[in-house]
Amino acid sequence: MAGIPHEPYTPRTGFEKWLHARLPIAALLYDTLMIPTPKNLNWMWIWGIVLTFCLALQIVTGIALAMHYTPHVDLAFASVEHIMRDVNAGWALRYLHANGASLFFVAVYLHIFRGLYYGSYKAPREVTWIIGMLIYLAMMATAFMGYVLPWGQMSFWGATVITGLFGAIPGIGPDIQTWLLGGPAVDNPTLNRFFSLHYLLPFVIAGLVVVHIWAFHTTGNNNPTGVEVRRKDIETAKRDTVPFWPYYVIKDLFALAVILVVFFAIVGFMPNYLGHPDNYVEANPLQTPAHIVPEWYFLPFYAMLRAITFDFIFEAKFLGVLAMFGSLAVLALAPWLDTSRVRSGRYRPMFKWWFWLLVLDFLVLMWCGGQPPEGLVPTISLIGTAYWFVYFLIILPVLGVIEKPLPAPATIEEDFDRHYPPRAAGDGAAQPAE
Amino acid sequence: MIRKTLLALAATAAIAGPALAAGEAEVTDISFSFEGPFGSFDPHQLQRGLQVFQTVCAACHGIKRVAFRNLGDPGGVEWPEEQIKAFIAEFYPETTDKETGEPRATRPSDYFPPNVDAGAPDLSLMAKARAGFHGPMGLGINQLFKGIGGPEYIYSLLTGYHEPPACAAESNIEGSYNIAFPNGGYPAECIDKNGHRMAPGSWIAMPQPLMGQDVEYQDGTPATLEQEAEDVAAFLMWVAEPKMMARKEAGLTAVLFLIVLSVLLYFTNKKLWAPVKRQDF
Repeated sequence: MAGIPHEPYTPRTGFEKWLHARLPIAALLYDTLMIPTPKNLNWMWIWGIVLTFCLALQIVTGIALAMHYTPHVDLAFASVEHIMRDVNAGWALRYLHANGASLFFVAVYLHIFRGLYYGSYKAPREVTWIIGMLIYLAMMATAFMGYVLPWGQMSFWGATVITGLFGAIPGIGPDIQTWLLGGPAVDNPTLNRFFSLHYLLPFVIAGLVVVHIWAFHTTGNNNPTGVEVRRKDIETAKRDTVPFWPYYVIKDLFALAVILVVFFAIVGFMPNYLGHPDNYVEANPLQTPAHIVPEWYFLPFYAMLRAITFDFIFEAKFLGVLAMFGSLAVLALAPWLDTSRVRSGRYRPMFKWWFWLLVLDFLVLMWCGGQPPEGLVPTISLIGTAYWFVYFLIILPVLGVIEKPLPAPATIEEDFDRHYPPRAAGDGAAQPAE
Repeated sequence: MIRKTLLALAATAAIAGPALAAGEAEVTDISFSFEGPFGSFDPHQLQRGLQVFQTVCAACHGIKRVAFRNLGDPGGVEWPEEQIKAFIAEFYPETTDKETGEPRATRPSDYFPPNVDAGAPDLSLMAKARAGFHGPMGLGINQLFKGIGGPEYIYSLLTGYHEPPACAAESNIEGSYNIAFPNGGYPAECIDKNGHRMAPGSWIAMPQPLMGQDVEYQDGTPATLEQEAEDVAAFLMWVAEPKMMARKEAGLTAVLFLIVLSVLLYFTNKKLWAPVKRQDF
C-alpha cells in the first residue's frame, strides 16, 4: 500500500470485527485521521482546515438560505430582504454566507501561495496541485454565480460583463454567450441556471476535496524543508512525523478559532465592508452603474482582463480573456515549469526574491482591478500581467538551471531538532506519547 | 451627451487630481449613537427621525420594505402597539387588500405603501446603498475607520444645499446645487481648462427638502436643520438594517466566546506538543 508506513487499524471489539469484515469504514477513518504528518509543519499549513470549515459553513448556511430565496427576477431582491428582515436569524445566515465567501478566498490564496513558496506542487504532488486548481476554478465559478443571486445592480452588471467575456471568443463566442445566459441578455433564465449551478457546484467541490486529500495522503504532506519523510519502516517514519490526530487537529483548531475571532468581528460589526453599496439597489437593466467592479477576490484577474488594450492578431477584448484564463493555466502548469530539483523556497536564495515579487504583483493587480481603467492603471496592469506570465514561463524554468541552492537538511528530524534541540540526557529520538 | 462628456472629463481628472477622485462630494463624519461594536440605536432619535420622514420625506419617497409592526420591534423605534395603531389611523387608514382587491382598514402587518408618483427612489435600503467615504487611493482604509458612510451621506445631502458657485451663474443647468451629491449634472462653466471641477458636489433634481423647523418634535428637541437631518439619517439606517442591534449582540457574544476558546486551545496545543518539542509546560 502506498503512503507513509504507520500502524494499521486493528478491530478490537466484536462489533468492530463484524463491521470491518463487511465495510472497512473504521479503518478508512482511522487511516485518514492518524496519517503520519511531518512534525515540522509551520503556521502556513493551517489553511486546509480553514478551507474545509469554509466549505462546510457555505453549504450549511447556503442550504438554509435556499429555503427562503426565490430565483426570479421580480422576486429575488425582495426575497433576500425578506431573509434579512423576517426570517429568524436570516440576517446572520446571509452575512455569514456573504463574508464566508471572502474568508474562503483569503484562505485559498494563502494556501496557494504557501504551495508556491514551499514547492508543494512539485513531483510527486502534481495531481494534488491539479485537483487543487480545479477546486479553485469551481470556487470562482460558484462565487461568481452566487453574487448574481441577490439581483442587485452589481449582480446584474457583473453577470453582464463576465458572460460578455465568452462573447469575445472569435466566431463561436456570441453563440456560447447566448447559451450560457439562456437568451440574448442576462434575464430570468440566467438567474435560474445560476441558482441551480450555485447549489450544485459546492458538492462538486466537496467531491474534489476528497480526491485532493486522498492524493496528498498518498504522497504525504509537503513540509517547510521540502525533504520527504523517510519511509524505510514505521520506526524511521515516526522520527519524522507525528499522527495528524491529535497533534495537528488541535493546532489547526487553535488557528481556526483565532481566525474566526476576526471573521465574526467582521460579520457582527461591519458585514458590508467587503461588499458593494450598489448591490443594495435592485438590478435595473436600463441603468448602468458608474463603475462596475467585481468582488475583491476577483480583482487581480479582472485587472489582467482589462490590461490588454491593443489589438494583436485578435481583438484586445479577446486577448484580455486569454490573459485572464491563461494566468490560471500557467499557475496550474507550475509543476512542469519549475525545473529546480530543490523543492522548498527556503533553500533557494534567488527564487525567494522572485516569489515575493509575485506576491506583490498579485496585490498590485488586485488594487488595479478596483480602480477605473484610466491614467497609469492600464500600464501598471499590463506590467503586472506580464510579470505573472514571466514568473511562470521564464523565471521558474530558468532559475532551476542557474540558481545555486543552499544545503537542505538531510531529514525532517534534523530540521526539527535544530529548532527544538534534544536535551543533553536525551537521545534525540524522543517519541510523542501515543 | 453633455453629461457623458462631463463624466469622461471628470474621470480623466480623477487621475490627475487625487483630491478630486474622492472629493467630488463633501460628506461630514457624524458620530451616530449606533456606530462601533457597542453602539446602539437611540429609540428617541429614531422616533424623531420617523416624524421627519412622515412629515417631509413621505411626500415623495416610500419605505416599502418596512411593515408598520416593525415600528414596535426591539432595537428600533420601539413604539407600543397602541401608538402604531394611532400612527396608521392618522396617516395610512386605508389600504387595498392584496387578495380581494377591496379597500379595507390598514393593519399593523401591512407595509408602508410604495410611493412612486414623484419618481423618487424608495428609501428602504438607501442608508446601505450609498457610500459616504472612499479611499484613500482605493484602499478602503477610510471605510475601515469611519464606516461605509451611508447615513453620513444622507445627512450631508440634506444639509448640503448651498448657493450655486459663481461660475454657474451663466449656466442654465436644472436642479439644485448640493455639495454632497456626487453624480448629478455639472455645468461646463464650472470645469476649468485642466478638467478640474471648481466646486464640490453637483446638481440634484430634489429641491431642498429640510429647512429647519419643519416639524415640532414631540420630545421638545429643537428642530434645527442639522438635528432633523441627523435624526432622519439615523431612522433610515434603522430602516435599512433593522436587525443591527441583534447582529452586534450576537457578534460580541461570538467574538468573546471564540477568544476564550482560542486561549483554551492555545494551552491545549502547547501542552500537547511540549513532549514532542522537549519543552516543559
